[in-house]
Amino acid sequence: MKTFTDRLHKAFESRVRLGIMSALAVNDTLDFNALKEYLDITDGNLASHIKALEKEEFIGVEKSFVGKKPNTRYFITKEGKKAFNAHLEALEVFIKSGKAL
Amino acid sequence: MKEEKKYIKDIGEIRSMMERSSKFLSLSGWAGIMAGIYALAGVYVADFYFGFNPDYIIDSGGIGLNIVLLATAILVLAIVTAIFLSYKRADKRSEKLWNSTTRRLVINMAVPLVAGGVVILILAAKDLTGIIAPFSMIFYGLALFNVSGITIKEIKGLGITQIILGLAGLYFVEYGLLLWALGFGVAHIVYGIVMYLKYERG
Repeated sequence: MKTFTDRLHKAFESRVRLGIMSALAVNDTLDFNALKEYLDITDGNLASHIKALEKEEFIGVEKSFVGKKPNTRYFITKEGKKAFNAHLEALEVFIKSGKAL
Repeated sequence: MKEEKKYIKDIGEIRSMMERSSKFLSLSGWAGIMAGIYALAGVYVADFYFGFNPDYIIDSGGIGLNIVLLATAILVLAIVTAIFLSYKRADKRSEKLWNSTTRRLVINMAVPLVAGGVVILILAAKDLTGIIAPFSMIFYGLALFNVSGITIKEIKGLGITQIILGLAGLYFVEYGLLLWALGFGVAHIVYGIVMYLKYERG
């Protein structure tokens, strides 16, 4: 049997990544600046966390042009949604279990 | 248990991020209360000092410059108050007021409001003075209804109230100003108090 901590995904250990996933879970797509405003972090910091989630294939990138300006939008993938929901469930079980590990 | 505290905090953060990335929650009940007070003061000045209270749809006297200035002043005052109070609430929760959610709110409100503004200009140009106030309520109500999904849910009720009072004003033209005072004045104050008690007290 998997223990509680096994079920919490490593990718969601960082609060920034958890924030990115939460925001994308309730929005179809969000661009880089929108995420930056919600999380209130620097470009570099956000970019590295996005890259990590992209690598896990939890979020996808949609590149397009608004006029001549490139616009990069992010969305949650099926895989990402599944992992995020599993993570939420694990947290819930943890809280309900009277906080015993 | 350090771990335990971290996970509880994680859940709080997830919830907060989901909320603020999908809903505009910085709206203060005080914005509604103040807007209502400005509106009632405006109606009082328009009725008692400028003698503005059209009984018929067509009023060849047209709409006076003083009424236009008065209405504009109320609108600007109400908007500035709402922005200022929202800014203060967002700041208190160390969030930024101007983000993707706020932009969505402004755009979704702007479309019905601009359309309504054009309708009002046309009505004024054609001397259809008696139905300007009811139309302003109908379009404002539609704007509120349109954004009720992305902000505090009480906004839906306020929007529907404005639409109903506006439609009543279209039919009972002689009560147009009274109904406007009920909608923009009393309804704003009542909803403002409800929102304050529900979300801000304590």
